[in-house]
Amino acid sequence: MRVRRDGKLPIGWHVLLVLLPILVAIAALGIGRMSISPAEVFDVLTAKLLGNEPASSELVVKTVMQLRLPRILLAALVGAGLSVSGCAFQSLFANPLATPDTLGVASGASFGAALGILLGFNLVGVQMLGLLMGGVAVTLTWLAGSGRDKGGLSYIVLSGIMIGSLFSALVSFIKFAADEESQLPAITYWLMGGLDKANYKTLSLGAPVIIAGLLLFMLIRWRMNLLQLSDDEARASGINVGLLRAVTVVAATAITASCVSMCGQVGWVGLLIPHMCRMLFGNNHLSIVPSSLSLGAVFMIIVDTMARSISAAEIPVSILTAIIGAPFFIVLMRRSGGWRI
Amino acid sequence: MIEKIRKDANKAPILRNAANKAPILRIEDGSFAYKGGPQILDGINLEVDRGEVLAILGPNGAGKTTLLRCMMDMLHWESGRTLLDGEDIRQIPASSLWRKMAYVPQARSAATSYTAFQTVLLGRSSRIGVFASPSDEDMLSAESAMKRLGIWELADKACHSISGGELQMVLIARAMAAEPELLVLDEPESNLDFKNQLIVLDAMSSLADEGVACVFNTHYPAHALQRADKSLLMNKGGMNIYGPTKFVVSEDDIRSIFGVNAIIGDFGDGRDGQVKSVVPVSIANEK
Repeated sequence: MRVRRDGKLPIGWHVLLVLLPILVAIAALGIGRMSISPAEVFDVLTAKLLGNEPASSELVVKTVMQLRLPRILLAALVGAGLSVSGCAFQSLFANPLATPDTLGVASGASFGAALGILLGFNLVGVQMLGLLMGGVAVTLTWLAGSGRDKGGLSYIVLSGIMIGSLFSALVSFIKFAADEESQLPAITYWLMGGLDKANYKTLSLGAPVIIAGLLLFMLIRWRMNLLQLSDDEARASGINVGLLRAVTVVAATAITASCVSMCGQVGWVGLLIPHMCRMLFGNNHLSIVPSSLSLGAVFMIIVDTMARSISAAEIPVSILTAIIGAPFFIVLMRRSGGWRI
Repeated sequence: MIEKIRKDANKAPILRNAANKAPILRIEDGSFAYKGGPQILDGINLEVDRGEVLAILGPNGAGKTTLLRCMMDMLHWESGRTLLDGEDIRQIPASSLWRKMAYVPQARSAATSYTAFQTVLLGRSSRIGVFASPSDEDMLSAESAMKRLGIWELADKACHSISGGELQMVLIARAMAAEPELLVLDEPESNLDFKNQLIVLDAMSSLADEGVACVFNTHYPAHALQRADKSLLMNKGGMNIYGPTKFVVSEDDIRSIFGVNAIIGDFGDGRDGQVKSVVPVSIANEK
């Protein structure tokens, strides 16, 4: 596809990227054990929005509004959040392999959240501890991986793997220490990643952080282009790039930790979606931030709908993202230019 | 430590388009050492006017890049100071400082997969608000910087897919997009073949003719001879020699700075005019 010289999205894509998540969400609201037509879904949604009484049966209304809508909203937020924070981490470390997973942020946040569950914290506490530990993990990765030889892309990723496995070990330790009857199954199931516990209460706690982070990245998206410059070049841009980097790392870590605390560790999204967008639209953040946001939401809604409707028993969503993500990513990687950012 | 400043340093015929203004760049008594290391820079004094070219010349490890970084306040002078247009550089806020002065890094450290046009647009950063994206004016300025250097046809190419010489030109265009009065170039012609060296050096000379002051680092005494109004020669021992190029880039000074016996001569067959060059002959015996 032709990339526009000014780095903005072509107008047709603008429309598509706004409409696509809405259309996919409406379709997903109708899919499940009880099939509901898109027209009926639309009818229920508009009636609720306008404060009218929906024409459909109470069961349909309840399924759409109480069961499926919060879950789909959560999927959209998590998909958008993980994609945009993945994109931010890649630019921040000028490394195509940097994502919440490879940098150890997700493991760190998982450890914090598991610790929170072990200590019997409420969701806010779990989230805060996740954020804190995610921040600790990314800091450790950065300290271990950025020495004099910043040219080596593998340095950051290698240290991310080390820090990630350190925190995974700590998570195992928590599991070991957890009560076998009640806490252990909760932690284990939660770590597999799933959106089935979504309700408006969880959403109201986790969503603000993700939305605020996404909004921030949307606003500073042109300036994010400066993240990839070397230190001296960054200085010579006349912009306080140190501050820009700090804001980016805090916001991306906060988004990741919120996602992890709401639905466990969902891998691959933060690697797959930004790369797909980079291939479609070039590397300018003017276009890859909004497109990652939209397509991340779409991807996650689709995958989660599959997770809850493929079989009678629900499949944890992270299993599906890995099964879809890994082969897809190998295809992307083997295409020329796929690794550059 | 020896310091030689030729008395006639500032009497060289130079282009002065702003008669009473302070020189665009002035370094007063700059000294620098890395923590626990030897004195790398000692008593650096120099002055560059608008439209002038200054070459910083020396062997590897003499501290040329350190000097540039201190000059631009990326490293901090241990003592001494840099004055930009008469004002201490440390007193100037970053956003206005980097509209007056622009930095061109070595090309090999700066390959991204942004397109050339995007890269040049980044030169406008200090004029673009935190939440804004480039305006039409910014785009036009980037376009004219590229056209001025004759590289507009590279606009949509990715920086990692163009040649080293082309990338160097893109980085110069990025610096020019900030519309600076002083251009600082770190070894702009190293790692380039003959033709690309000439393209980059010609670009620098023509910007100087338009009134931009240029400071560049180089290994090549010949490039200083051909392009620079003034030169600063540095060796590893912290010795420096500063003055008009025609006086300081001499066979004697090349021997004391580079440790090489060299011959300076005029080349030319009358068709392309005469050009001065330096031919290294043998390694000088240390005394």
